[in-house]
Amino acid sequence: MAAPKKGRGAAGGQSRPGRALAFILIAMVALTGGMFWSGHTTPRLGIDLAGGTSITLKAKAEPGQESAVNETNMNTAVGIIERRVNGLGVSEAEVQTQGRENIMVNIPRGTNEKQAREQVGTTAQLYFRPVLTVADGAPPAAPSATPSGSASGTPSAKPSSSASGASVGEKSATPTATATTQGRAVSEALKAPSPTPTASSSTSAKPQATGTPQATPSADAATVALQQKFATLNCLDPKQRAAAGQGVKPTEPTVACGEDNPGVWAKYLLGPAEVEGKDVDDAKGQFDQQRGMWIVTMDFTDEGSKKFQSITGKLSQQADPQNRFAIVLDGQVVSAPSVRQTLSASAEISGNFNQESAQDLGNILSYGALPLTFETQSVDTVTAALGGDQLEAGLIAGAIGLALVIIYLVAYYRGLSLVAILSLGVSAVLTYVIMALLGPAIGFALNLPAVCGAIVAIGITADSFIVYFERIRDELREGRTLRPAVERAWPRARRTIMVSDFVSFLAAAVLFIVTVGKVQGFAFTLGLTTLLDIVVVFLFTKPIMTMLAKTKFFGNGHPWSGLDPKRLGAKPPLRRTRRATAPAAADPKEA
Amino acid sequence: MSKLGDLGARLHRGEVGYDFIGNRKIWYGLSILITITAIVALAVRGLNMGIEFQGGAVFTTPKSEVSVSQAQEYAEEASGHDAIVQQLGNGSLRIQVGGLDTAQSDQVREELAKDLNVPEDKIAAELVGPSWGEQIATKAWTGLGIFMILVVIYLAIAFEWRMAVAALIALIHDLTITVGIYSLVGFEVTVGTVIGLLTILGYSLYDTVVVFDSLKEQTKDITKQTRFTYSELANRSINGTLVRSINTTVVALLPVAGLLFIGGGVLGAGMLNDISLSLFVGLAAGAYSSIFIATPLVADLKEREPSIKALKKRIMVKRAAAAAKGEPLDAADDLPGEAAVVGPRASRHGAQEHRG
Repeated sequence: MAAPKKGRGAAGGQSRPGRALAFILIAMVALTGGMFWSGHTTPRLGIDLAGGTSITLKAKAEPGQESAVNETNMNTAVGIIERRVNGLGVSEAEVQTQGRENIMVNIPRGTNEKQAREQVGTTAQLYFRPVLTVADGAPPAAPSATPSGSASGTPSAKPSSSASGASVGEKSATPTATATTQGRAVSEALKAPSPTPTASSSTSAKPQATGTPQATPSADAATVALQQKFATLNCLDPKQRAAAGQGVKPTEPTVACGEDNPGVWAKYLLGPAEVEGKDVDDAKGQFDQQRGMWIVTMDFTDEGSKKFQSITGKLSQQADPQNRFAIVLDGQVVSAPSVRQTLSASAEISGNFNQESAQDLGNILSYGALPLTFETQSVDTVTAALGGDQLEAGLIAGAIGLALVIIYLVAYYRGLSLVAILSLGVSAVLTYVIMALLGPAIGFALNLPAVCGAIVAIGITADSFIVYFERIRDELREGRTLRPAVERAWPRARRTIMVSDFVSFLAAAVLFIVTVGKVQGFAFTLGLTTLLDIVVVFLFTKPIMTMLAKTKFFGNGHPWSGLDPKRLGAKPPLRRTRRATAPAAADPKEA
Repeated sequence: MSKLGDLGARLHRGEVGYDFIGNRKIWYGLSILITITAIVALAVRGLNMGIEFQGGAVFTTPKSEVSVSQAQEYAEEASGHDAIVQQLGNGSLRIQVGGLDTAQSDQVREELAKDLNVPEDKIAAELVGPSWGEQIATKAWTGLGIFMILVVIYLAIAFEWRMAVAALIALIHDLTITVGIYSLVGFEVTVGTVIGLLTILGYSLYDTVVVFDSLKEQTKDITKQTRFTYSELANRSINGTLVRSINTTVVALLPVAGLLFIGGGVLGAGMLNDISLSLFVGLAAGAYSSIFIATPLVADLKEREPSIKALKKRIMVKRAAAAAKGEPLDAADDLPGEAAVVGPRASRHGAQEHRG
């Protein structure tokens, strides 16, 4: 917005009012056409009007790690949360940062809101789990193992049934080197003193079956369930993929999917987590000059080094696939490199990386290492009925407000109010069309505060006309005829309008930048309508006044025009132009 | 309405003039009184903070058979906290439970659905953690601070620092009064209230800026004449823009009144109502302060300036001489090119009052 002191004089809009009117008409037609062409003929409604759930999360900085809450981490978090929420089968869910430390998640209605909340609120979980089995992403055609498992009723039968489950899972993996190796790997992986799912380790299974009858069946059942889950898991199905590794404690084995190459999915049976994301100090994707390939390097914390040393020590002695450890982020295998030697403080992951995938993995590893946890600030679930009611109430309120303003303007300004009403109309059309277009363009969603902002803006817009009209009437009172009055009033009214609109816009802009959530939606609408007010006053109200001043009805000051010099108490016509700045009348006196 | 038009004409001709500046001490006193009341109320009674600031949940149920007191019982049983239940215009219930965290509230919602015999997904829930409101409030304060600094800089450039200071004082005055009224009446402070308060920022200044703009114009060549003191011209600016101020305020208040009426009438409590209530109070305070506080303050500040002081002295001497000679004051018109204006005689006491 320009400085108010621009003294360009009145001549600007005087000569060609038609040009400005044509311009704004073309703009309106173009925008409206664009709206219909794009197919978004209504503004996108926010959760509070359309129904749905809106969750606000705040990043919590751990003591000493305050700098962790930065833009990069926030964006990574947005990406991860988006993946989680959309994994629930909601394609329209939107996740965006708000301010410096907030993330807002909007989930349209029709989703499992509870599940969404659970998914969203938790920190990104990054774990390193040993790989027990790998298989193709799709489930086998005939999962023959499962019926036998469920058929056997006695606890002692279970180890054998789960063993067969495991063998199904190993379908594509390399056959086990020796029975003992496999037994060791799996028993280590499962950690809990439960029977190992291998037939060869029957010695270890027996005592437990007899020992604690209450605990063992459940442990067995869990193992069986896991085997079964692994057998039936279909990684080609996005829903199953997302659900696979969810809600599993790090201390328990799990199944998970991973994308080995773009579009190629594999499923994994994984042991309990050995190293956690917080054990990673730093990670980044780098280009290895010597080998000419992209790798990901990781540095561990002290504790992480110890853990990593121990796990790699064990894994390096295994055969494939049990020498691999899976990097699992939010239940999905990001990468599953094999371990060739014992590693400690730092490690590198090499594989089929390109620059992007290496850097991505680096980010993910670093992110998991950062103490960026989120706290749920607010959860707003609005039913469709309530949202509809509120939208309706907002529209009725807006209509009533508009009607009241129009009644007042008509009563006070008579014919002149026509200009105000037309201008308000132009303003309303522009606001609506721009809001509708901003939906697909920048994700603008009309929420309740935004509706309020638009209603309040009726007053702001009308204020500008009042400033101009009163100026014109002042000029008429000086004894001028309408045409010069319209032109003389304009530069001064223009300055006043610019200054006061600038203040309004400043308030809106500051609020939009500083605040979050609902306040932001309100500020956006207010700022938008203030800008449109200027556009409308300059390109519509002023030119149309210039044109109307030429008409008989207004120009001659018809009693109903609102510009009747007699009514306004005009003085007799002036002989010459008087100074603009001179005080016009006598001293004020007390009434 | 046309009476207001007549008033406009008479104000313009100077036939009617209200001595806003002369009586400024009354307005200052009134404002100080209101401000003190507001501060005392705030200190003693505090504000009725909504659940957004305490943490808790608001459930909105569809229309049900259950009575308000029954619903309250259910809600308190389910949550173990105090509950406030309101019946809304469309027969639905608004159940507010404080002190819940976002995890607990899920359970309460489930139980409520069972108790009230409505499907769970028909119950809207707003669950708020205790620090959410605080975060919004902190950001709002930050925004307020930044806005005030920027607007003072802007007004100081566009006008002058005295006007910027006066506008700022008027703005703080408006906010204090609004908050004070909230404290006195016990209206609930919600995020909607904060939004409303922040809107007053821009709006309260709108009227003030309109008056200042006129004042700046009127006093452009003030030292080149010896007819009017600064205060008198300031008063004239207020009077000249009075109709404009009344109109803009009325027009601004009308949609807000629509919001208030609909927000309260149809939906009971809620965001619409909260925003419009604080806007309503704030806009009214803003209109008052632009006329009675901001402009008189500018006049007071301005009258301390040496050149303005000297001007006033010259005018007083001149007026005294004229009075001694018994000459009519208007003959002393020394504004070149000024068409002779025959208006009522100036009452002198208004001018003399400014001496202090």
